[in-house]
Amino acid sequence: MSWISRVRNSLPFAPRRDTPDNLWVKCPGCNEMLFTREYEANLYVCPKCDHHGRIGADTRLAQLLDPGFHLLPDPSVADDPLKFRDTKRYPDRLKQARASNAHCDAFTAATGAIEGRRTIVGVQDFMFMAGSMGQAVGQAFCNGAEAALREGVPYIVVTAAGGARMQEGILSLMQMPRATVMTRRLREAGLPYIVVLADPTTGGVTASYAMLGDIHISEPNALIGFAGQRVIQETIREQLPPGFQRAEYLLEHGMIDMVLHRRDLKPTLAKLLDYLSPAKVA
Amino acid sequence: MISYLDFEKPLAELDSRITDLRTTAGESGDVDISSELARLEGKSAEMLGTLYAGLTPWQKTQVARHPQRPHFRDYLSHAFQDWVPLGGDRLYGNDQAIMGGLATLGGRRVMLIGHEKGHDTQTRIRHNFGMGKPEGYRKAIRLMEMAGRFGLPVVTLVDTSGAFPGIEAEERGQAEAIARSTEACLALPTPLVAAIVGEGGSGGAVALASASRVLMFEHAVYSVISPEGCASILWRTAEKAPQAAEAMRMTAQDLAELGVIDRIVPEPRGGAQRDARGAALALADAIGEELDLLGEVPPADLRRQREDRFLAMGMGVTPPAKPAKKGKR
Repeated sequence: MSWISRVRNSLPFAPRRDTPDNLWVKCPGCNEMLFTREYEANLYVCPKCDHHGRIGADTRLAQLLDPGFHLLPDPSVADDPLKFRDTKRYPDRLKQARASNAHCDAFTAATGAIEGRRTIVGVQDFMFMAGSMGQAVGQAFCNGAEAALREGVPYIVVTAAGGARMQEGILSLMQMPRATVMTRRLREAGLPYIVVLADPTTGGVTASYAMLGDIHISEPNALIGFAGQRVIQETIREQLPPGFQRAEYLLEHGMIDMVLHRRDLKPTLAKLLDYLSPAKVA
Repeated sequence: MISYLDFEKPLAELDSRITDLRTTAGESGDVDISSELARLEGKSAEMLGTLYAGLTPWQKTQVARHPQRPHFRDYLSHAFQDWVPLGGDRLYGNDQAIMGGLATLGGRRVMLIGHEKGHDTQTRIRHNFGMGKPEGYRKAIRLMEMAGRFGLPVVTLVDTSGAFPGIEAEERGQAEAIARSTEACLALPTPLVAAIVGEGGSGGAVALASASRVLMFEHAVYSVISPEGCASILWRTAEKAPQAAEAMRMTAQDLAELGVIDRIVPEPRGGAQRDARGAALALADAIGEELDLLGEVPPADLRRQREDRFLAMGMGVTPPAKPAKKGKR
């Protein structure tokens, strides 16, 4: 995000956006200069190399849901339960993240419809403190599941996270069982729970709600795994195989059902909901 | 012979003086040193008590990782009877980092599952230093499901630096195995008591510790990432691990205050590594009491109560006042 978006997003009167204002952007995949409008129209996928760019919660929700969806209220949790301080105070890190993001934490859920099929969609935003899972993320996930149970509709979650929010210590770890309680309740209620794994999904998020879906979909080349590559390399002192922990590698090893281009995501979800949804609404 | 940790150096010096004195007295035989010996031994015991009453989080981390700290096998041999080991996930292999089987604890039949780190080079390699692989977590799932079907309570002993970070573990779905094992804990229709006996390392620990009641040894630690890992990410140097250990609030005392664990089990003076049997018996008593209490909960409520325990977790936590200085820092 450019300095100008950061400044503008921190202004109290200007609407916040999670997309760049620059006329041109450089594709992180092939370094090609792309016309921003064209990139945006192509769902932030590079038309030259098919690199799937990371996108914020609002952009993702707008791509997946029909117009007219509503955001669920933000969860109310303590901002800094441990009074954590590393080289910076955690509240300062949060403040900084909030200044450049439209939302107050890394998980946003909405109620809406996918091509007319009612559903709850939750989206994790890697741009907010690497999408890391703390109490706010965990609770927003649970609230989304709760809403799906209440409305009797499917729950679709797009994951993206570097892992746990270390600044919340053990309380971030506890989001793993908390989220798992909810995925189980969805299953027992007979509601579909579909996970879309976006780049990157690692650590405690992968080891809880990202791997408990009825169906796992990934975007091309997304990094998905439990342990970080540096940690693995330091442990085993071997070269990692090519494509290791990428979506296609997970597909080959049976961990996900399909790898989809972003443009195919919405129609495929609609089709899946037709097959799985107990409460179809035209 | 106990190996001393860095912060135990003054104690090590004192103890070696005691040993020297004994040897000298044994050789000459005619000098009465008993009063001097008693004085020094009293001093040593007192020093040990003071030292362990004021351990910093980083010192506790070292105690929790002490090479002579008792592990699964020690607790099993001192506190459980009629052990029937069970093995394998029926899918791939039999992970030695996560042990499991049928056991009896003071007359109570349970399914016992836990990490085993090993106690010397050979066994450490065999048990992969207590770092479970997907097949280990899938074995735990199988055993928990079996326990549920036969009405057996489950006891887990958690002691791992974390789940194994390796190519084959990723290939076989480490994340999925951990998620499913956590789910199996939460779905268990019978009581589940977990005890963090050494290191509770991240997802590899939570996969066995999503329990009705979570106990923790006095000097055990439980955290989302190792202090070294946290320091190298947030401070950009692993040398800040002591600060990270402090900031993450990973000691039993901190976690009890946060409502993440239910009960602290006292260790013998100077830590479990000085008296494995004493530690095992204290642990067995505490687990037994918890099992008896859970035995009174109607089976239909067990699962719901366990779920609610986690759903409520952290929700009432208001930022705590800066903790008062505990002992020497």
